[in-house]
Amino acid sequence: MSTPIKHVVIVVFLLLSACSDSALNNPYSESEHTEKIIYTAFSERPKHLDPAKAYSSNEYAIIAQVYEPLFQYHYLKRPYQLEPLLAASMPTVSYFDYTGAQLPVDAADAHIAYSEYQLSIMPKVSFQPHPSFNVALHKELPLEWSGENVYDLPLTSRQLTSDDFIYQIKRLADPATQSPIAGLMGNYIVGFTEFSAKQTALKKQYPMLRKTQRLQSESMLGVKRIDDLNFSIRIKGKYPQFINWLAMPFFAPMPWEADEFYSNPNLQKKNISLDWFPVGTGPYYLQENNPNRRMVLAKNPNFHDEFYPTDGAADSREKGLLNDAGKKLPLTDKVMFSLEKESIPYWNKFLQGYYDSSGISSDSFDQAVSFSGAGDVGLTEDMLEREIDLQTAVTTSSYYLGFNMLDKVLGGYTEKAKKLRQAISIVVDYEEYISIFQNGRGVPAQSIIPPGIFGHVAGDKGINQAVYTVQNGVQRRSVEEAKALLAEAGYANGIDSSTAKPLVLYFDTMDSGPDSKARLNWLRKQFNKLNIQLVIRGTDYNRFQEKMRNGNAQMFMWGWNADYPDPENFLFLLYGKNAKAVHGGENAANYQNELFDALFETMSTMDNTPQREAIINQMIAITQDDAPWLWGFHPKAFSLHHAWYKNVNPNLMANNKTKYINIDPAQRHEYQAAWNKPVYWPLVVLLLVFICLLMPAYVIYRRIERSTAL
Amino acid sequence: MINYILRRLLYVLPVLVGVNILTFLLFFVVNTPDDMARMQLGDKHVSQAAVDNWKAQRGYDLPLLWNEEEEGFAQASKTIFFEKSVGLFVFDLGASDNGRDIIADISQRMWPSLAIAIPSLIFGVLANITFALLLIFYRGSYLEFGGLFICITLMSISGLFYIIAGQYFIGKLLVLTPISGYAPGMDAVKFIILPVLIGIVGGLGSGVRWYRTLFLEESAKDYVRTAKAKGLSDLQILFKHVLKNALIPILTGIVVILPLLFMGSLITESFFGIPGLGSYTIDAISSQDFAIVRSMVFLGSFLYIIGLLLTDISYTLVDPRVRLD
Repeated sequence: MSTPIKHVVIVVFLLLSACSDSALNNPYSESEHTEKIIYTAFSERPKHLDPAKAYSSNEYAIIAQVYEPLFQYHYLKRPYQLEPLLAASMPTVSYFDYTGAQLPVDAADAHIAYSEYQLSIMPKVSFQPHPSFNVALHKELPLEWSGENVYDLPLTSRQLTSDDFIYQIKRLADPATQSPIAGLMGNYIVGFTEFSAKQTALKKQYPMLRKTQRLQSESMLGVKRIDDLNFSIRIKGKYPQFINWLAMPFFAPMPWEADEFYSNPNLQKKNISLDWFPVGTGPYYLQENNPNRRMVLAKNPNFHDEFYPTDGAADSREKGLLNDAGKKLPLTDKVMFSLEKESIPYWNKFLQGYYDSSGISSDSFDQAVSFSGAGDVGLTEDMLEREIDLQTAVTTSSYYLGFNMLDKVLGGYTEKAKKLRQAISIVVDYEEYISIFQNGRGVPAQSIIPPGIFGHVAGDKGINQAVYTVQNGVQRRSVEEAKALLAEAGYANGIDSSTAKPLVLYFDTMDSGPDSKARLNWLRKQFNKLNIQLVIRGTDYNRFQEKMRNGNAQMFMWGWNADYPDPENFLFLLYGKNAKAVHGGENAANYQNELFDALFETMSTMDNTPQREAIINQMIAITQDDAPWLWGFHPKAFSLHHAWYKNVNPNLMANNKTKYINIDPAQRHEYQAAWNKPVYWPLVVLLLVFICLLMPAYVIYRRIERSTAL
Repeated sequence: MINYILRRLLYVLPVLVGVNILTFLLFFVVNTPDDMARMQLGDKHVSQAAVDNWKAQRGYDLPLLWNEEEEGFAQASKTIFFEKSVGLFVFDLGASDNGRDIIADISQRMWPSLAIAIPSLIFGVLANITFALLLIFYRGSYLEFGGLFICITLMSISGLFYIIAGQYFIGKLLVLTPISGYAPGMDAVKFIILPVLIGIVGGLGSGVRWYRTLFLEESAKDYVRTAKAKGLSDLQILFKHVLKNALIPILTGIVVILPLLFMGSLITESFFGIPGLGSYTIDAISSQDFAIVRSMVFLGSFLYIIGLLLTDISYTLVDPRVRLD
C-alpha cells in the first residue's frame, strides 16, 4: 500500500476511533495494559448477588470472590478437602441426646438428637471499605452525592465478629429474604423454623419495624453467640455434610449495617441494593456493577492475610501450580467481567487475546480441539502456535434419563418392569450420544456417583453389569440381549403381549424446538432398535415442571450438579423420602426401595471409611439392577487458557478460585499487539472498486445530461 | 390542531386499557403465579411454602381478576390485575419481580440503544434515499439493473449473516474495530461503528427499493415534466423537487418509529454486547417477569400511539395543504 493512502486510511480510522490512542480493536482502555487484570465475560446477568439468595454458578462467579464463608476447599489438594477460611480452625462437634446430655464422640447415630458445631473465627478480619459502616449515612445521604456509585460516599470499615455470621443465619431464616435453602436448613438448624415463623408474625404485627431491628430483636435457639470470635450452631441429629454447607456463600458473614444502609428507599429507586452491591470480607469487592455491560471486581484493600498454598496434589509442582507458593492473595488487582451474550464474538475475542480463558462451544470445537489416532484429546496447530493451554476435567455432575417409577408401564418394581428398563438401558447408546452431541466431552455414567466423589468406582469394578459386559474389555451389551430382556418383560419384538399392540413410550421434554430435533431423532432411533415407538411430548418449562411435580411424565432428561463433594449429595436423588411426586423432593424418578433407603440413612451420617464405601457399593448395585435411570453421562469440561493466565487448576468444588490466578500483563500485551495488527489493503481495494464504478456512472451522467427531454 | 391533538390523546386511554387487559390475559394464560415463583426461585430445594412466600411478598397471592372474598369495589381492586395495572397509567412502572426498579433500568439501558439506533436511522435513511434517487437518475441503464440486482441480493441475505460476516471480516480479519463491547461517552464511537455500518448495509436492499418505488411514482408526475421542460437538470429535479414531494410517505415510515428507537434491537445488541434495551422484554418473557412485560408492552403501545400522532403533525409541516381538524 502506498504511504499516502495508508496515511489517509489510518487518519480516517483514528478519527472514527474518537481520538482514542488505543489499538483499533482493543475493547479495553489502553492504559490498563500494565495492570494485572483478569478479563473474562458473563453471558447472562446474575439474578442475585445476595449470598442468602444466590445459588447459580454465574452468581457464585462474582459473590464467591467478595463474600467468604467459614471454610473453603483446598485449591490444590485432592480428594477435595475443607480448610478454614474465616474460621480460625476446623470446628469441634459435640453430640447430645434428647435430654440435652452430652454424648461421647463415638456415640451411635440413633442416640444423637443434636450435634453442636463450635466455631471460632479469625481475629482482626475487616470488612471491605463501604459507606454502610458510616452509621450517619443510614439516616441521610449527602446532597452532593451523584447517586451513581456508592463508593463515592465516605467509606469506612469495621472488624468482623461472630454477630455477623449469626445475623446472616437469621437472614436465611427470614421469609422476606426468600433464601432457596431456607426450607432445607429448617430441617436441620434448631429453632430455624420457629425463628422464621416469629419473623412473619412480627412483620405482620409491626409492619413499620425495620428489618434489622426485627432480626436482631429475636434470637434463634440453635445459634448462640459465645463472644466476639466464637459462636455455635446446634443442628438436629447427626448431619456431617453440614460443614459443607458452611463452606458455601449462604453462610458468609453479613454486617447488619449493610442491610440498614441499603434499606434507604432512595437507593432502592436507583437499583442500589444489597442484592446488587455486596459487602464482604473477600479478596475483591465489586467496584462497578452494570449487569448490562460489565462488572468489575477490584482488590479489597482490607483483605486479611491469606497466602497461596505451599502444598497440593502430587503433581502440583510439576504442573507449575506451586510457582506462586506462599505469595499473598489475591494475585491480581482486578477482574473485569464483560457482557458477552453470544459465543462467536466471545471466541473471536479470546483468539485476539482480549479474554484470558474460554470454554469451547460446539461452533468452535473443531477449530480448537483435535483427536489423535488413539483418541487422545489435543489442540489444533493454530492453538498450539498461540501457546494456548487446554485443561479438561470430568465435572461432578450427572445428566441422566429418568424413568418415572410411578408409571404403570415403565415404573414399578416387578421383574417385568425392571427388565423393560434394563433393555432400554442397553440400547440407548450414551457413548454415541457423547460422540455426536457432546463432541466427545463426557464419560458414560456407570452409576449415580460421578468421578471425584467418594464412592465412585473407577475401572472394570465400577462397570454397570446390567448394561455392559467386561469379558472382552468393556463392551455395551448387545441389542440381542436387550431384545431377550424385552421379550422376558412381555414385549417381544416391541409388541405388548397382553394387548398385541406395539409398545408406545413417551418422553417429556422442554427442548422440542428445531435445535433439539437431531437429539430427539437420535433418541427415537435408540428405541427403534427394540421396535419401541417413542413419542416426544414437547412442552414448555412450566408444564414440564408441573408434570414432574405431579408424577405425570413417563421419561425425562435431567441433571444434577454437586453442592458438595459427598456421595450423599447424589444418592439422595434416589432416596424414597425425597420422591418428587410424593414428598416434593429432588427424587424426580420417584424411586422408592426400602433397602436402599435404609442404607442411605446409615451411610449419610458416616465418615468416609471402607464401611461407608461398602454400603455405597451395595446401594449402587441395587440401583443398577432396578435401573430407575439411564445413568447418562458425566460431562467433561474443556477450557482454554492463554499462556499469560497462570495457576489454572480444575477445582469443581471451589467457587473462590479467582484469587489464586496470576496474570503476566507484559506477555499479554505483547501477544495482543502481535495478533491485532490492522489490515488496511482491503479498504484500499474497496476504494479503487468504488472509483472504477464512478467512471461509467460519470459517462452515463454526461449522456443523460446531454440528452433531450423528449 | 390543538383540539385534534387533545382528541387523539384521549383516544390513547381506551387503547392502553385494552392493551393492558390483553397483555394480562395472554401472560396469565401461559404462566400461573406459581410458575412465576418457581422460575424465580430456581430448581433446587424449592418448597410450596417458599412459592407461597414469594407470591405473598409480591402481591401475586391475590385472585387474578375478581376477589370473591372482598366486598364492593375491593372485589375488583384487591386483585392482581388492578394492583399491577393502576400504577402504569401514572407511569409508575414499579419494580421488576426480582426487585429492580424498572424506570431506573430503562433509563440506564436506553442510551446505548439510542447510540446505535439514531446513527443507524439517520445514515441509513440518507444512504437509502441517495441510492434510490441515483437509481432513478440512472433509470434504464445497466447501472440501474446492477443496482437493483445488488438490492435484491442484499434483501435476500439474513440480518444475522451481516452481523456474523461483519464481525468476521472487519473485526477479526481486518482488525479495524472491536468485535463487541461498549463504553460510555465518546469511547462508545469505536464500538458502534461496526453495528451501525452493518445496520445500514443490512437495510440498504429493502430501503433503496422502497424509496425507489416512492420516487418512481413521484417522478412520473406532471411537475417533473414541466421542470425538465424548463431546463432543470435531472439531478436538480430529483434531489430538490421529487425528494420534497415524496416526503409524506417517507415521514410516515420514519416518524412513527422515532419514539420506539430507544427500545433497541435484540439481535444486534446481543451479538455486539451492547447494554441496551433490546433484550429487556424478551429476557423478561423467558424469566416470566410480569412486572417488566406489562411495563414494556404498555410503554411500547403508548410510544407507538405518540409516534402516529407525531407523524400526523409532521404532515402539516411538509405539506401546507394538510390540516388537522
